[in-house]
Amino acid sequence: MSAVEEHANEPIVPLRRPGRWAAAAVLAVLAAMAVSFVVTTPALRLDLVAGYLLERSIMRGLLLTIELTVLAMLVGVVLGTALAIMRLSDNPLLRWVAAAYVWLFRGTPILVQLLFWFFLGAVMPRISLGVPFGPEFFSVPVNVLITPFTAAILGLGLNEAAYMAEIVRAGIGSVDRGQREAAEALGMRPALVYRRVVLPQAARMIVPPTANETISMLKLTSLVLVIGLPDLLTSAQLIYGRNFQQIPLLIVASIWYLVLTTLLTFAQSKLERRLGRSDVHVGGHA
Amino acid sequence: MTELLLARGVRKSFGKVEVLKGIDLTVHPGQVVCLLGPSGSGKSTFLRCVNHLERLDAGEIWVDGHLVGYRRAGGKKYEMRPREVADQRRDIGMVFQRFNLFPHLTALENVMEAPRHVLGRPREAVRQEALDLLRRVGLEERAGHYPAQLSGGQQQRVAIARALAMKPKLMLFDEPTSALDPELVGEVLDVMKDLAGAGMTMIVVTHEIGFAREVADHVVFMDDGLVVEAGPAAELIASPRHRRTQAFLAKVL
Repeated sequence: MSAVEEHANEPIVPLRRPGRWAAAAVLAVLAAMAVSFVVTTPALRLDLVAGYLLERSIMRGLLLTIELTVLAMLVGVVLGTALAIMRLSDNPLLRWVAAAYVWLFRGTPILVQLLFWFFLGAVMPRISLGVPFGPEFFSVPVNVLITPFTAAILGLGLNEAAYMAEIVRAGIGSVDRGQREAAEALGMRPALVYRRVVLPQAARMIVPPTANETISMLKLTSLVLVIGLPDLLTSAQLIYGRNFQQIPLLIVASIWYLVLTTLLTFAQSKLERRLGRSDVHVGGHA
Repeated sequence: MTELLLARGVRKSFGKVEVLKGIDLTVHPGQVVCLLGPSGSGKSTFLRCVNHLERLDAGEIWVDGHLVGYRRAGGKKYEMRPREVADQRRDIGMVFQRFNLFPHLTALENVMEAPRHVLGRPREAVRQEALDLLRRVGLEERAGHYPAQLSGGQQQRVAIARALAMKPKLMLFDEPTSALDPELVGEVLDVMKDLAGAGMTMIVVTHEIGFAREVADHVVFMDDGLVVEAGPAAELIASPRHRRTQAFLAKVL
């Protein structure tokens, strides 16, 4: 007993971690090599990168990429949420329709879907509203409705909805059953239960994978090349098709993708912090 | 009719298991009724039937003159649409074993939620009433706290205030203290005693025999989906007639 008291006051030495220093040294060497490669390789043509970064067609391509991403994600989130709620409803027909939708749109290549919407006019010259096999009330030529831009939004958005449906469904599934019962016991109607209680809590689970999907969509939009839309990457390709400066222009496009991804990541962490504010525990209350 | 709740022949099965085998119960306005019995006896299921969180297989439950969850027409009972059931539940408050506060809302917002969004009442009036209710359960200074920042007992008191915010005619308590640490049980029971003293009609599923003896007017002992015996609280707890009641009370007292 007295022996323990003697060394109770001896100082404690934290574990030494020599591996960390070794790893840092290796990384420093690799970083120096990368910098030296970029600076001493004239073929990279950093001067061209700077020159093309704000070039007009690159800017137009950037704008189109942003537009397509925003609109396609909007379609994806709204339709995906509706599909998720259908998938979880009591109505077996709605459940089946939602499952079939996810099966079809997840199961076929997005490239095929883009081309399908683009060539819709070939199989279906007019879109009309009326009784099947009966009178028509309203009819427009498909080629008027489906421009390359709307085909792109349809292709990207409807495909995204299938993935978002699964994300939202998982999010809703993560909300404790008791939450819905408590809301019902207060006299909330089903739509209000979803809007005020289930979806706000599901949102916390839904945001990180949705941010992931948005960032992925940013780059997926470059597929619209196949229906002739000049997005960011396509614009860069069009320029190097003329001047054969592939690497500098690919760097230009990559810089913009990185900028947009950085902004989205920043927005994501802000949103997550906002949704997580009810997590604070005793001591530091909001 | 003078009774606030009238249940007749309530039956309920989950799959092949019959949980309720024909329950009759009458509750008059201002009465506090405790449902006692071993776990699995169907007490909680019956309570959940009262506000139609569970559908009935047979029988009927009337609350304040309205048939809960069904509409009678031509000798049949037709199940109501979810939104109609929702509207019926406004007059029935419920408190759950696991509190089920909305974790993304503060204590005050939890209490304001239903009057604001179910009844659509103006914000300021609702806020004042909610603060009054929080004061009544002794938590006015915790109004801005989120559920995660409150103890179990505090959460359950907020949950009681949340149910009272709809000015219910009947309050259902589903084992309100079973999930609490022993030292927090008292504060919740005190709030319930106050409520009973103020004349609230209450049905309480509980294992707190002391509470039943002290506060309840009427005690119902259930076992295996049936009412074994019912009567005035003091009398039934002091001198149970039925063997199963005696055995249960001997174990919990």
